[in-house]
Amino acid sequence: MKDSNFIIELSHISKRFGDKVVLDDVSLFVKKGEFVTILGPSGCGKTTLLRILAGFGTASEGEIRIAGEQMTDIPPHLRPVNTVFQRYALFPHLNVYDNIAFGLKLKKVKADEIDTRVRRALKMVGMTDYEWRDVNSLSGGQQQRVAIARAIINRPQVLLLDEPLAALDLKMRKDMQMELKQMHKDLGITFVYVTHDQEEALTLSDTIVVMSEGKVQQIGTPIDIYNEPANAFVADFIGESNILNGTMIKDKAVSFLGHEFECVDKGFGENTPVDVVIRPEDIYIMARTDSAMFNGVVQSCIFKGVHYEMTVNTTEGYEIMIQDYNAFEAGQEVSMIIKPSDIHVMKKERLCNTLDGVMVDSTHVEILGASFVCTERDDIESGEKVKVEIPFEKVELMDNKDDGVVEGDVRFILYKGDHYHLTIRTESGDNLYVNTCDIWDDRDIVGIKIQPEDLKITKA
Amino acid sequence: MNWFIKTFSRRHNWSIPYLIFLLIFVVLPMLLIVYYAFHDADGNMTLRNFTKFITNAEAANTFVYSIGIALITTLLCILLGYPAAYILSNSELCRSKVMVVLFILPMWINILVRTLATVALFDFLSLPLGEGALIFGMVYNFLPFMIYPIYNTMQKMDHSYIEAAQDLGASPMKVFTKVMVPLSMPGVMSGVMMVFMPTISTFAIAELLTMNNIKLFGTTIQENINNGMWNYGAALSLIMLVIIFATNLFSDEDEANTNNEGGII
Amino acid sequence: MKKFFAQTYLWLLLAMLYAPILIIAIFSFTETKVLGNWTGFSTKLYTSLFSGGVHHSLLTAIENTFIIAIISAAVSTLLGSVAAIGIFNLHHKKKMIMNTLNNIPMLNPDIITGISLFLLFVSLGITQGYTTVVLAHITFCTPYVVLCVMPRLQQMNPNIYEAALDLGATPMQALRKVLIPEIKPGMISGFILAFTLSIDDFAVTIFTIGTEGLETLSTYIYADARKGGLTPELRPLSTIIFATVLLLLIVINIRSARSKKQSNAQ
Repeated sequence: MKDSNFIIELSHISKRFGDKVVLDDVSLFVKKGEFVTILGPSGCGKTTLLRILAGFGTASEGEIRIAGEQMTDIPPHLRPVNTVFQRYALFPHLNVYDNIAFGLKLKKVKADEIDTRVRRALKMVGMTDYEWRDVNSLSGGQQQRVAIARAIINRPQVLLLDEPLAALDLKMRKDMQMELKQMHKDLGITFVYVTHDQEEALTLSDTIVVMSEGKVQQIGTPIDIYNEPANAFVADFIGESNILNGTMIKDKAVSFLGHEFECVDKGFGENTPVDVVIRPEDIYIMARTDSAMFNGVVQSCIFKGVHYEMTVNTTEGYEIMIQDYNAFEAGQEVSMIIKPSDIHVMKKERLCNTLDGVMVDSTHVEILGASFVCTERDDIESGEKVKVEIPFEKVELMDNKDDGVVEGDVRFILYKGDHYHLTIRTESGDNLYVNTCDIWDDRDIVGIKIQPEDLKITKA
Repeated sequence: MNWFIKTFSRRHNWSIPYLIFLLIFVVLPMLLIVYYAFHDADGNMTLRNFTKFITNAEAANTFVYSIGIALITTLLCILLGYPAAYILSNSELCRSKVMVVLFILPMWINILVRTLATVALFDFLSLPLGEGALIFGMVYNFLPFMIYPIYNTMQKMDHSYIEAAQDLGASPMKVFTKVMVPLSMPGVMSGVMMVFMPTISTFAIAELLTMNNIKLFGTTIQENINNGMWNYGAALSLIMLVIIFATNLFSDEDEANTNNEGGII
Repeated sequence: MKKFFAQTYLWLLLAMLYAPILIIAIFSFTETKVLGNWTGFSTKLYTSLFSGGVHHSLLTAIENTFIIAIISAAVSTLLGSVAAIGIFNLHHKKKMIMNTLNNIPMLNPDIITGISLFLLFVSLGITQGYTTVVLAHITFCTPYVVLCVMPRLQQMNPNIYEAALDLGATPMQALRKVLIPEIKPGMISGFILAFTLSIDDFAVTIFTIGTEGLETLSTYIYADARKGGLTPELRPLSTIIFATVLLLLIVINIRSARSKKQSNAQ
């Protein structure tokens, strides 16, 4: 056995189904006793990752170690992990007792020991006296408790939980969250928890792994992830946020919303384009005054239980979201203040689309699996590899997919105060980033067109 | 041995034994029918079996007559069965599920017993056996096979369609003709398949119902096979298969599948 | 009023469907040669049916029928269940091909199945008899077993099998302790269905039974009816067959109703 601080070591895991990349070079190291949550929207690859950990699926590439042991090719029944499934997966032909005792009976544990351990497990999940009940007669919450008991009775080194609370109603979910947290403390084993519910992740975890499109976006404590999102996706996915285009003028000075603000970030260089994230509760709103930083008019105001959520149109034409305990009615003129420490500046991941292409002839270039017309280039030979740059706002999207040169579908929508930043997945599997003022919905199919003069071609 | 364990540890390979079985006992025999149909008794390739059928007035007549009987039977079954299926599926008109079982039950009784029962009925009423008995016997035998699929489709029909039609101002008559009938068409189609196909292919029934006076196409095929004319019999079988395949095209295949789901009653 | 007409219509149809059977059943308890002529209650037809004489081969025919039905149902259930698990785990295209192949024996008219198997056996030079009948019955019974088992597999939570592996079961243990208990109701229904189909079959049997004198109930009835129309002895026989089928169907229906209730409860 190798000495290691980590109970789980996933190194460079990739998974492909045919051409589809589900996991793209995921690495994750989990300390013993940690409560780790893998968080992401559906289809981000989080369940696939969990199944690879449990042994139900194999990785196309990469290495898995659990408790220092090489696990990559070990079948599920020989791994020191147990799983709690989303839809419980209790054995319908067995009663509560036999469901929980299933693993121990396979290991040929003595009957009286099984008995004490089953009772202890039932007590732990608060289901004492339920052992002879038919599992089909239990409520969803009770079934999930039995499923948890069935898993922890085997004393796994790691407990995997695949959206265990997703099928429960809100009230039950809140109660179970608390119980899971308590159980984690009592058992002292490592929990790997998969969910798409950011609130659940923030409540339960020691560490959150945010995933999107098969990639790890950020790993950190709940507080880190909330306060210092690594990129626009994380900022948008965790909690509510205003994500805006800005320019870092110099250290500790950033301009956005048409104004210059003092901030605490530095080291971005001078006049660098950046993304700025401001949580809606971090914007102070008040009746119109001259001493504030910028002004606007309230568009709408909705009561959200504890606070009010307001949409404000600033004088400079941006739309921002603000949460406050005080209500300002629609149409009211207001002023806003943002504290320097509440302005989160993030480096832009890219400033324009950069694609690999091949010159077809002097007026055509092949990108995204199709041939686009470009301005005449006599200096590049046909068949030569080139780099093509396209500004975000120069990609035209068409309602009718046949009107475009290639088609794609909308994968991710980010509102940036005065325009939308869309991620379009083309047929060829490439991502194209688009700035537009038109409204599109998630998964809309669009046609894509680019004017010849907007393709900036350089030799690769 | 190692190879064996490795192969069958993959769950989807468990279909292999059955695949082999199907190839030997379903696919190969069907190919044999085709082979025999296009060869003569000495194993030479020929079309004579088919020309013999076309030129032989008796066989061709039997063929046309059989199709006629099958069509009449199917039509009578629709006329009698559709209202029955409608009533059975309508909870206002018929609440008891036992009724449904009573209608489906005869499907499971040996066809010979059912046929003999028809003979008994005609004996009892002192009616002569013949064409009338043949058609009655066929309808009697296959009516449940028409009622069942239609009932099934109507049963599964989303009741909100009917409510929507009523809500949009359709009279009960309009609801029936504009909603019920078109939506139950798949059921009628598979009912037609389940009646037309066996009527055209039965052989013993006609013999018993008409004291062997009227011959149907099935009987002709059976006689030829029994008399050692395998090649001609195979050709006739192939013709029947083509007819059945043609009717099959009219019926919605998915519907036939969903009706089979769950199997029993 | 509408309901009255509807009910009357249903009862008239039922009368048509059941009158012939009832007539046979009633007149099986009298000795008359001519139907409609009641000559007093008697069970003589029943006793003579089972007591040698002209009909000495009847008992053998019944015995044959049941042995054939039990063997074919057992083999079909085994073959069909294994096949269903295999087909269920196949991928899209292969699954479709297997389902289509599985449908052929069910969509084919009996006479075609019979003749095609007859041609197979004579081409391979296999003497027809017990074995060929059993093989033929397995051929048309197995697809129905597959159809009975498949819905159980589809309804099953796919995680159940994985849960067993996760809890330390080897694939074989998971199969024995989780998968088979799950599909067992389907297997039992399939077995009973196959058994009923086998007992009932006439068209396929007649082509594969050969000329060695082997007889099943169906071929026995056919031979008898062919000779002399509806002989008196066929009346008690038909009545017994009807009663048996009725009993079997009641059992199947109670089973399926129960399993439906169970799956609804889930």
